[in-house]
Amino acid sequence: MSQPTTVAAAHHHAPPQGFLRKHVFSLDHKVIGKQYLDLALVAVCTGMVLSWLMRFHLAWPETPIPGLGTLSPSGAAGGVITPEYYLALMTMHGTIMVFFVLTTAPFAGFGNYFLPIQVGAEDMAFPRINMTSFWVTLVAFLVLISAFVVGDGPPLSGWTAYAPLSAVGKDAGPGQGVGQTLWAVSITLFCVAQLLGALNFITTTLDLRTKGMSLARMPYSTWAWFITSVIGLIAFAVLMPACILLILDRVAGTSFFIPAGLVISDRLQPHAGGSPLLWQHLFWFFGHPEVYIAILPGFGIISHILPVFARKPLLGPRVLIACLVSIAFLSYTVWGHHMFLSGMNPFSATLFSVPTLIITIPATIVTLLWIGTIYGAKLRFTTPALFCLGFVSVFVSGGISGFFLAQPSIDTYLHGTYFVVGHFHFVMGVAAMFGIFAATYFWAPKMFGRMMSETLGKWHFWLTFIGVYCVFMPMHYLGLAGNVRRYSAFTDDYLKPLIPLHRFITVAALCTGAAQLIFLFNLIRTRLRGPKAPDNPWEATSLEWSTTSPPPFDNFGGRPPVVQHGPNEYGTRGAAGDYVMQASPQSAGPA
Amino acid sequence: MGKLFAVVLAIITVVSTAIFVTHTWWLPVDISAHGHAIDHQLAETMLSSGVLFVLSQLALAAFVWRFGDRRDGRAVTTFPGGVTPMVVFAVVLVGAEVLALTFVGSKVWAGIYQTPPDPNSLQIDVQSEQFAFYFRYPGPDGKFGATHPELINEASENYFGLDPKNDVSARDDIVVPTLTIPVNRPVALTLRAKDVGHAFYVPELRIQQDFVPGLSIPLHFTATQTGKYEIVCTQLCGLGHYNMRAYIEVLPAAQFEQWLKDKAAQQ
Amino acid sequence: MPGIATPPAPIVPPPAAPPTVAPRTITEPSPPQSAQTGVWIAIGTICMSFAALTSAMVVRQGAAPDWRHFQLPQLLYVNTLVLLASSGTLEWSRRRIAAVSVGAPGLVPRLDGLAGVYLTLALGLLFVSGQVIAWRQLAAQGLFLATAPSSAFFYVFTALHGLHVVGGLLGLSYVLRRLRRVAGPAPQIALRAAALYWHFMGALWLYLLVILATRV
Repeated sequence: MSQPTTVAAAHHHAPPQGFLRKHVFSLDHKVIGKQYLDLALVAVCTGMVLSWLMRFHLAWPETPIPGLGTLSPSGAAGGVITPEYYLALMTMHGTIMVFFVLTTAPFAGFGNYFLPIQVGAEDMAFPRINMTSFWVTLVAFLVLISAFVVGDGPPLSGWTAYAPLSAVGKDAGPGQGVGQTLWAVSITLFCVAQLLGALNFITTTLDLRTKGMSLARMPYSTWAWFITSVIGLIAFAVLMPACILLILDRVAGTSFFIPAGLVISDRLQPHAGGSPLLWQHLFWFFGHPEVYIAILPGFGIISHILPVFARKPLLGPRVLIACLVSIAFLSYTVWGHHMFLSGMNPFSATLFSVPTLIITIPATIVTLLWIGTIYGAKLRFTTPALFCLGFVSVFVSGGISGFFLAQPSIDTYLHGTYFVVGHFHFVMGVAAMFGIFAATYFWAPKMFGRMMSETLGKWHFWLTFIGVYCVFMPMHYLGLAGNVRRYSAFTDDYLKPLIPLHRFITVAALCTGAAQLIFLFNLIRTRLRGPKAPDNPWEATSLEWSTTSPPPFDNFGGRPPVVQHGPNEYGTRGAAGDYVMQASPQSAGPA
Repeated sequence: MGKLFAVVLAIITVVSTAIFVTHTWWLPVDISAHGHAIDHQLAETMLSSGVLFVLSQLALAAFVWRFGDRRDGRAVTTFPGGVTPMVVFAVVLVGAEVLALTFVGSKVWAGIYQTPPDPNSLQIDVQSEQFAFYFRYPGPDGKFGATHPELINEASENYFGLDPKNDVSARDDIVVPTLTIPVNRPVALTLRAKDVGHAFYVPELRIQQDFVPGLSIPLHFTATQTGKYEIVCTQLCGLGHYNMRAYIEVLPAAQFEQWLKDKAAQQ
Repeated sequence: MPGIATPPAPIVPPPAAPPTVAPRTITEPSPPQSAQTGVWIAIGTICMSFAALTSAMVVRQGAAPDWRHFQLPQLLYVNTLVLLASSGTLEWSRRRIAAVSVGAPGLVPRLDGLAGVYLTLALGLLFVSGQVIAWRQLAAQGLFLATAPSSAFFYVFTALHGLHVVGGLLGLSYVLRRLRRVAGPAPQIALRAAALYWHFMGALWLYLLVILATRV
């Protein structure tokens, strides 16, 4: 009996019929990718508004915020945010941003849309599981958001939810009742969804590559999504049981994380024998790889986009891949650097600091590869290109502050200060976001079949690039002065002189936030009535640019591409110009 | 556009570096015996990472300035040496710096957290709770009374849950809300938490340590200057976290002995 | 727009010769070979979850002196035999169907091999019921989820394993349906993947039995 000539060709499904199947419960990875991106958009707007409320309160703690009193009468009576509400906003800000923006957009969103196309497949390996993972993610988001409106509000234990504060229940404070349980349930569901997603990414990459698409010829964004999926497979598999144990401590009377003899709100707690450090170990064993899950797709996206606008190949692609793999591996060995002062054996601190500092080496290499790619280039300064260049700059800034925190002796002083806040916002809140922006401007023509406005894009870039430096660089200065983080107000003697700097940060944050409206406006207007986009407006080589904008339901019109080239052939003489497309039948000429 | 990027980036780099270098906002005075080692480590790291920061940002700016597409038909060129100088720089130079920092830094860290306290240290028991710190001295008998969580009573100020009726050694324990210590004498704290996680942080002392419920965690240091400083909580512990503060008063030795005598007399 | 070249005439690769594919009774939703890859990945992730729980158990046991050892219900050993037997029946069934299908890809010759799959489902259900009864026996002794950390981990481990077994049963039912209605190699490859998962459930249970028997 005859076998199909390509695996991809055997994977054939009929075009979807009906509104629900086409746009709501779609099996098409492209629709699912866009659904993830839209979810991330709602999430980032929510998270951003929360940060504005937080920053406003820090700068002007007694000034009422118009409208907030009506929205949240208990949390902000008269429009003034209470200390517990501040912490609740902070917890939700962190949770929403880390999970529903930074894990969802660059990985689930763009990865779902472009990984199958970039490997030349018709769809993901398991379309129904793919659809399920989106809907479970959406349910997880709704469960999390519901914490705003049930019980006495969202939890206040931070996105890190340290036990016993997060484990004992409502005695520990407002929001620590139902709100914290909803948080834990939401995260458990999120883990399930991400595990299913990772399953799809890995299987698709291994099994569904089209003819000629060897692993070596895969675009660097695909490599990054693939490696990120492997990290996620292990990381989320640890967070999920941790959250289950947390839920049991909260509702079933177990004592995994709660020791004996705790007196909270004048009540002796009934639990005994548990270990708060156990939660920290489980959480950070997930938590550190998670931040690499947040940034690695950005590495891949920048490595993918930069050559297009430099019109020259990425420097050292094999070294790049080796660095991504080593970063992924090392990410599992460093989690204790979040716990230097946690009460764990101090010798462990030295042990953890070694791989933490070593991980700077592959990170430095990839940064130098990007800078080396720019050398000798013929840069085209489009909006996606600007965000790529901006990414390199902000990643350097964020990475450098890591040098300090990686050393236990220095962390003795800087732990728990704004230095840490500046560090992780630069690498996650800025660099990863720049990756998302670059991807959006770059791939909008392909996804929506319409070009975004370059003018608005450039305004967005400049205001954001300058703005983020004004917001987050000063946080390092605050940290050096010993400014503690997670404070809802600055009442200590030594903190009062720092309040003017906080006001500066707040003003910068509000302005930078306002600048994002330009992006939002540009995006929405483009999707509704932007100018039509050609198939390959950027003259790029990878397979997504060899199909229509947007692609047909099965990506290549029933004719899977045959790949003859790697993704890196820029600055070389091709039939169409200074590049050779991956599916082009011609052989590459001399540069 | 490329030139604009280069100029903006250069300005950002110079301004932010200048603020670091001029110590516009900086660490407070160091009043601890071990702090100079931390400050030295910090200065070293600031120097090497500062150089790396400035070099990479300015290189990025310079390349972006220089290598815009001027539509002059010029061919693209590869970085001289290709990928090798990048790998060599990262592995050799960054690697060497990282190794040096680890080696020296681990000694500094071990000196603070892995060495046992001086046997003549002043022993003080510290309890953290939502949202205050309390400090307990053993009193003239030199022994701490046992603590019983079920006896803790805020209203009667029995913060540690002592049982003076039945426990002799608890009767002379001194419990105060301010950490009073003598200058230039080693102090050994035992950190315990009553309810949730907290932390002990005094920026001037260059010391920080989490409290973990269920554990008794040792922390020791020697203050080298007198004065009054703030102890603040750095581990999120609930709505009063921002306000959770105590003072540490470092007194001359004689004054401290007097204070201790006065407190003992009051028990 | 600056920086964007006018798109040149696109180079269209010559259309590949349409691949020949065997006609199918029902359109397959995903390439059958991927099912195997998917199951291996799932095995990896499930192992990681149980590894995390194992280390949590080790840490918890050492954190406080309140472990409270107890005897595992003897029924667990019977359940173990049931689960292992179900792996046997599934493997027997899979090989029979594969052997019968060589040279004769129709549906009918396959059907008597399906008896083994039905038997596996029944044994699987028996295992799950047996686990629930074992829980009842423990509860009768006064050992509940919150009674002690040892019982807590016992319930957590067995419940999570049981949940994954139920998932395996659902998967097997789905594969059974395909085997009965769809000709060709695809459902057999799916059966192979399902069998891999099922054997893993058995192996995982053996591991859990050992750590529970030695530590609880």
